[in-house]
Amino acid sequence: MKRHDALLRTPYAVRMSHWLMVICFFFVSMSGLSWFFPSLNGLNSLLGGPQLARILHPFMGVAIFLLLTFMFIRLVRYNLPEAGDGKWFANLGLVLRGEHSDKLDTGKYNAGQKLLFWGIMGLISLLLISGMVIWRPYFAPLFSIPTIRVGLFIHALAGVLLMLLIIGHIYLAFWVKGSVDSMSSGYVSRKWARTHHPRWFRQVAGKKDAP
Amino acid sequence: MSMQSQDIIKRSATNVLTPAPHVRDKKAEVAKLIDVTTCIGCKACQVACSEWNDIRDQVGHNHGMYDNPIDLSADSWTVMRYDEYQNDESGRLEWLIRKDGCMHCADPGCLKACPQPGAIVQYANGIVDFQSEHCIGCGYCIAGCPFNVPRISQKDNKAYKCTLCSDRLAVGQEPACVKTCPTGAIRFGSKEDMLHYGAERVTELKGRGFAGAGVYDPQGVGGTHVMYVLQHADKPQLYHKLPTDPRISSAIHGWKGWLKPVAAAAFFATLAGTLFHYVGVGANSLPEDEHATEEDKA
Repeated sequence: MKRHDALLRTPYAVRMSHWLMVICFFFVSMSGLSWFFPSLNGLNSLLGGPQLARILHPFMGVAIFLLLTFMFIRLVRYNLPEAGDGKWFANLGLVLRGEHSDKLDTGKYNAGQKLLFWGIMGLISLLLISGMVIWRPYFAPLFSIPTIRVGLFIHALAGVLLMLLIIGHIYLAFWVKGSVDSMSSGYVSRKWARTHHPRWFRQVAGKKDAP
Repeated sequence: MSMQSQDIIKRSATNVLTPAPHVRDKKAEVAKLIDVTTCIGCKACQVACSEWNDIRDQVGHNHGMYDNPIDLSADSWTVMRYDEYQNDESGRLEWLIRKDGCMHCADPGCLKACPQPGAIVQYANGIVDFQSEHCIGCGYCIAGCPFNVPRISQKDNKAYKCTLCSDRLAVGQEPACVKTCPTGAIRFGSKEDMLHYGAERVTELKGRGFAGAGVYDPQGVGGTHVMYVLQHADKPQLYHKLPTDPRISSAIHGWKGWLKPVAAAAFFATLAGTLFHYVGVGANSLPEDEHATEEDKA
């Protein structure tokens, strides 16, 4: 539903990609943990037990990659490094204390969000490549055993790093009130935009529905 | 499992706090000793293995050599490897024949790599056994094995390998390959006895001019429960690339070793960090604005 009193931050197609990916990521990460930490083996019952989880995990992983590829295409231009990003990192203490400062003059995504963006895209690429190398019965037979060993290590390491990033991502969305709206309805209030992303606010608010 | 052994000393993907049943773990370690120097390459052991285990591999192709089938498979748990070696010292052509199959390592790489609880176990007598009904077909055992032994079946997507006839041993019989070997090149008994017998054979071989003779019991994997008597134990790679110093790969050690506690610490630290942060800083809400306009309230 189009809202005239708020700003569209995330279009429908990107939002849907995000949430479909969330569903896949939940199952893929839980089954992944079930194999990485044997004491959490019960988690693979979420995907129908160990055998079935082992079959489904890579297919859902590929789905995550494809959805992220779509999001990459749609979002990459807002996540390119800029001169102001250094200032954001320099004032990280301020940011983490939740003190809003005009001097950062953040655009559509702040430097931390950009770091998350590139972190996710890099790690999912590593996971796809290493995942292919270890994927039985389809692709693993094409690779030598020493290559598969390295693939197993990289897949586990990249999976853990990605889950850590996502924990941070979920927490920050929970911490900064109003953020979840930008991914559910897609709209954020003008005040939210002006507070957290002032430069983006000036760009979009100045266009058609400026006061 | 229809029959309980209750002597499982290692179980894949199992926390040390919750070990497998092992009240009857006082059994002596067993070993199969394959004397390469008295093997005639008749393949009776291959046939006995298929017969006893009731596995029927497809008839393969002739690859221009005696090796047939050409490789281990889910339906061929042991194969004879034939190598022609021109010995420059003696000036003689030697035909080196090695019965390939699971070595039953004391420190099994397959078991270390396996992510499924109880899919691979090691009994007190040293046998490393796959519990196929628990296998998930991930193939990690293949990556973990330093000897390239396990194979995934295309029929049921589960891993298979030599069981050292654990079912025969359970009722006091020797492995099928041992039973059938016509020259006595395959011996079976306690590991201690087999090392003793192997040492005698090595002394004899050395007396006959094979200065490099020795028993292959690689310590990099803690020793094995299938050992070879080799006339060239100083050059094991001559025998179809038998590894000189087999070890579990450092990638597998890292993945199943230090990466796990480091990752667990990172998860706890991250989750704790979010809790401390939220309770310390509080929700990041929009500031109360004295000059709020109508549009801001939207």
